[in-house]
Amino acid sequence: MASTTYAAAARPDKDPVVAARLGTRRRRVDSVIRIACVAATLLGLLFLFSILVTLAWRGLDAMTFTVFTDVTRPPGSNGGLLNAIVGSIIQVVIGTAIGTPIGMLVGTYLAEYARGSAFGNVVRFVSDILLSAPSILIGLFVYQLLVVPFGGFSGWAGSIALAIIVIPIVVRTTEDMLTLIPNTLREAVIGLGAPKWKMITLVCWRAALSGIITGVLLAVARVAGETAPLLFTSLGNNAWNTDLTRPYPSLPVTIYAYAGSPYEDWIALAWSGALIITLGVLSLNILARSIFRAKR
Amino acid sequence: MSQATATAVEALPASTRRAAGSAGDRVFEALCRGAGVFVLLLLGAIIVELFIGGWQAFRTFGFGFVTSLEWDPVQEVFGAGVPVYGTILTAVLAIILAVPVAFGVAFFLTELAPEWMRRPVGTAVELLAAVPSIIYGMWGFFVVVPVMARHIQPAIIDTVGELPVIGWLFEGPPFGTGLFTAALILAIMILPFIAATMRDVFEQVPPVFKESAYGLGATRWEVMRGVVLPYTRTSVVGGIMLGLGRALGETMAVTFVIGNANRIATSLFGPGNTIASLVALEFGESQLGSLKLSALLALGFILFVISFIVLAISRWLLRPRLKG
Repeated sequence: MASTTYAAAARPDKDPVVAARLGTRRRRVDSVIRIACVAATLLGLLFLFSILVTLAWRGLDAMTFTVFTDVTRPPGSNGGLLNAIVGSIIQVVIGTAIGTPIGMLVGTYLAEYARGSAFGNVVRFVSDILLSAPSILIGLFVYQLLVVPFGGFSGWAGSIALAIIVIPIVVRTTEDMLTLIPNTLREAVIGLGAPKWKMITLVCWRAALSGIITGVLLAVARVAGETAPLLFTSLGNNAWNTDLTRPYPSLPVTIYAYAGSPYEDWIALAWSGALIITLGVLSLNILARSIFRAKR
Repeated sequence: MSQATATAVEALPASTRRAAGSAGDRVFEALCRGAGVFVLLLLGAIIVELFIGGWQAFRTFGFGFVTSLEWDPVQEVFGAGVPVYGTILTAVLAIILAVPVAFGVAFFLTELAPEWMRRPVGTAVELLAAVPSIIYGMWGFFVVVPVMARHIQPAIIDTVGELPVIGWLFEGPPFGTGLFTAALILAIMILPFIAATMRDVFEQVPPVFKESAYGLGATRWEVMRGVVLPYTRTSVVGGIMLGLGRALGETMAVTFVIGNANRIATSLFGPGNTIASLVALEFGESQLGSLKLSALLALGFILFVISFIVLAISRWLLRPRLKG
């Protein structure tokens, strides 16, 4: 557009009228787009603000002490969310505990052993696909793999489904953090006569520790809010249950069931559950970021 | 071996130490490589298990399963046409709604915002990405749907709905729920992902290029359009595809607001379903070993194939620039 205008007016810089008009036009286009971009950003912030305000308003409204002290009960009998909260925490902890070491090993393999190798590229590609794969499919997969053969929904199945979601997140951060470590550090360790596995575990992992912790915290934040994979694996449980071989309660599944119910008090409980989960997830995110920044 | 090294290496003979070290190396490398192989097997197992689970449905209905519009649990006739249509329609519509806004946010964060504002606003956008999808679903159902039903949809139906050529897209009663609302919630969900990817690739443009353009008197928009966008085009498309991949498989947010009806709605305000929402809703009502459960797993397989293709393209587009 600009170039054709230049071509049409033989020497725009010699014609003050054309130059001024062109300049005005360009500045006007620029201002319009800049204002639109500011508006887009404000719109994005408005969504976040609206979600947080809605959660605070409706969640705090229903937030009582019973939410944390009593288990889920039938509508109209003042139940809480204790079993769901505890069930969520246990499944997230087990899922993270299973997924983190596997993810760290894969990330280490990609950064320390398979840099630039074809097989490494395939593993990296597949891990990135898993990172963005719909979580509902992870749930269906674990249902087929563990629920059908072992005859029932269980806390173990839920934890494994969450572990599968944790793995690619930890892979990505571990590899990224290890790649940032300067090679001179590795050469110094090898130069002292240490075997490679000691170099990795005692020096590289330690140097990348804050980054890896950040990744694990982000993974915890991600799986803590996952609902779809748990629907087909641990199913949910309205009673107090810590037996991982039976259907297991979790906060997101309870919120899903309660929010879609016709009972006022269940919907209110769903809101307080939603507030708890969002506050937990967002503070984990902020914590992860501050650890990462402090170390850098 | 010189005298000095031998004393420095303490009591053990050098050969033993080396052997111990290399055994440790072999074990550790095998562990790491094994974990890598495990990830490959995991993806393979997901594909195989979903296909095996859906085999009964694929065998009963043949290839027509993918396009058939019927979903009748009573007659035991199942087809994937409606949910596939709903999945693709809502995801594409979400991309159309989200990309301009995401671009605006990324442009603002990289070129327009004052330095002190970039980090807090950037963090806020990333926090928006961290909010669990079920929260988007609840927020959508209890906040967005009433607003859509009372204000936005009646207004659009009365204005755009009256237009001759495109009017039929916006017909029908304003329920508040439906395909359009689902796409809107999806757009809000993927907005931060696309914005964050765009910001990251915009930041990789060498400052010299931009400074040259500014030096020639270009405005910020001209620098964006003439320098930054051409330089980052591939990665920007990759980021959009990544957002599309997320939108295709999103479950909880969609389930709350799409209206859940198994028919092709001509109006965007009509109810519909997606693969993920249909599976989430009907799963609880299907018996183990039933044809319906198999059809649901077959739907999962189809969703996997669609999102695999989209994500593979996205990774392929994002790879060279981000690594280079």
